[in-house]
Amino acid sequence: MNAEIRPVKTAAEIGLADLFAASCASLPGGRNIETVRRGAFERFVAQGLPHSRVEAWRYTDLRRLVRDAKPLASRPDATAKEAAGIATAAFANLGFRRLLIVNGAFVPELSDLADLEPGVSIRATVNGLDADDADGVLDGGDDVATALNTAFAADGVIIAIDPGVVVTRPIHLAFVTTAATPAAMFTRSSLKIGAGAGVTLIETHEGPDRSDYQVNTALRTIVGDGARLDHVKVTSEGGAALHIATLQAEIGAEAVYSEFGLVTGGAVVRNQLFLKLAGEGTIANVHQASLLAGRQHADITLTVDHVAAGSQSREVFKAVVDDEARAVFQGKITVRQGAQQTDARMMARALLLSDEAVANCKPELEIFADDVQCGHGTTTGALDDQLKFYLMARGIPEKEAEALLIQAFVGEVIDAIARDDLREALSGRMLDWLKGRE
Amino acid sequence: MTALLEIRGLKAEIDGRQILNGLDLIVNKGEIHAIMGPNGAGKSTLSYVLSGKPGYEITGGEVSFNGEDLLAMDPDERAAKGLFLAFQYPLEIPGVATLTFLRTALNAQRKKRGEEELSSPDVLKRVRELAKQLSIDPEMLKRPLNVGFSGGEKKRNETLQMALLEPKLCVLDETDSGLDIDALRIVADGVNRLRAADRGMIVITHYQRLLDYIVPDVVHVLSAGRIVKTGGKELALELEATGYAQYQSEAA
Repeated sequence: MNAEIRPVKTAAEIGLADLFAASCASLPGGRNIETVRRGAFERFVAQGLPHSRVEAWRYTDLRRLVRDAKPLASRPDATAKEAAGIATAAFANLGFRRLLIVNGAFVPELSDLADLEPGVSIRATVNGLDADDADGVLDGGDDVATALNTAFAADGVIIAIDPGVVVTRPIHLAFVTTAATPAAMFTRSSLKIGAGAGVTLIETHEGPDRSDYQVNTALRTIVGDGARLDHVKVTSEGGAALHIATLQAEIGAEAVYSEFGLVTGGAVVRNQLFLKLAGEGTIANVHQASLLAGRQHADITLTVDHVAAGSQSREVFKAVVDDEARAVFQGKITVRQGAQQTDARMMARALLLSDEAVANCKPELEIFADDVQCGHGTTTGALDDQLKFYLMARGIPEKEAEALLIQAFVGEVIDAIARDDLREALSGRMLDWLKGRE
Repeated sequence: MTALLEIRGLKAEIDGRQILNGLDLIVNKGEIHAIMGPNGAGKSTLSYVLSGKPGYEITGGEVSFNGEDLLAMDPDERAAKGLFLAFQYPLEIPGVATLTFLRTALNAQRKKRGEEELSSPDVLKRVRELAKQLSIDPEMLKRPLNVGFSGGEKKRNETLQMALLEPKLCVLDETDSGLDIDALRIVADGVNRLRAADRGMIVITHYQRLLDYIVPDVVHVLSAGRIVKTGGKELALELEATGYAQYQSEAA
């Protein structure tokens, strides 16, 4: 017998099906978009919510972790907009171009769209959807989280930078949830960087602590040949939130892509990054830090696909896990047959601060070329008691000694951030987290 | 007058092995005591027990430091009260800049004592002066604590910490180990500059050599976890000539 056993649908799966049936016609977009949405939702139904027997979701069983489907968030009213404007202080004083996305909807009137640099265009995803333009708005992504995102995506930001335009002022996408009633937000954004162009894009995600809202956000980026993207994502959702984020990047020849991710908030977080180093001589650096406490669960899943010769990637993941929290890192480096002289290195380190804290690290290499340098490593451990004693013997109290050692542990990835102002701001976030431990 | 340090009948064990076996020692302000002894006598254990390293169980005796119960205090509290251990093997802490560490330690102690914390420039100024006295390259202060430092550099760094923190009692655990003669002289000069009427020192060493540079007032022989002989500085020379064999058999 070889019959496939279909598991019983969960309440969340049934809820999502009902939600799609009820809302599909009213979601933004014309006939083309609707076809794409229906196709995507069918792909989701065929797979269902991923569970622990699906390798890519091995440690993040959404069948278990997602209890129900929330109603789709309605577009923010004046009160919500005002609350969001007040709520998000993140990086407010650094002079970045802040674009505000409230409860899943881009709010131009609260966004800084003045004096746009020549060669830069910014528009709402909903405009692309309303124009029934599926290409470049909803394209890409076969995995289940992206399929759900495609099915329900209502808004987001579409940014395009012309070739050769180096934008010096960082763009900050501030995603804020204010919803009093827990809702689901599906946002889709896009960033196209022309050849030789460059930009720093920061994403922050935050929301209220007591609300079990759900976020599914996706960003697709195409980094042109010789272009540069510095992408920073800060996941500091409210304490009961579900946050699923997908980044899909196609990085051209001689381009430099650098990624920094910090997770401090959210009950369940899944940050998945799919990087395709599409050209020769591409450089990608990925640094991630997860600072977790309580019963948080944060999963960073990363695939790096070296397609052409002479590309280089570095992935460093650090997790600090307290209480009963769990940090997951899955990293896979693929080196295609033609990708000779690939230089790829991946390292995952977890620091466990309590006996109940868990870290699951799964690095993988898949190499089809024969002239490459690849390596990966993983370590998990507690704070070094000897080092702690040394610090205490100099008069530093226990908690402060621990904080110093944790800072030192995370420091390596924070130091990788190129901009001083961002690095300092993110160090500040780390210190805030450490203060919260005391 | 209250002794600076008064140890009475101290017994301590680690992993069920008794290391200190009824140790008595009194150190007054202004005195330098040398503790010598064979390997395994309990010299390092004494320094760790005094500084409060976890893992040692005190099974008897008492220690008073300026009249206060030392053993009841956490390691950071002992440091703030003026106890300093110069480690035999100073630890490397990647990611913590030496200067950050020095500032954090100094201000943590000052805060605990109810003194005003010092600003970064003030700390830097003090540290620079001390670094100069100890021939420490100021660039080293920016590097992570002890990472990539030579044995001599680590010991000079310990001495710098001691000078910066101005303790009341310095415990030097085998400060001479791993030092060549030039480094030894620099470290010893640094220690000698700290000799003061209101400060005591315990110099733990296996060899007499260090005591040519840091001349003690009293020399004790530690064997099998107890002080078995006490004398003047000439006792160190005597030990150099005869070795520890007689004390080991006495203790056994």
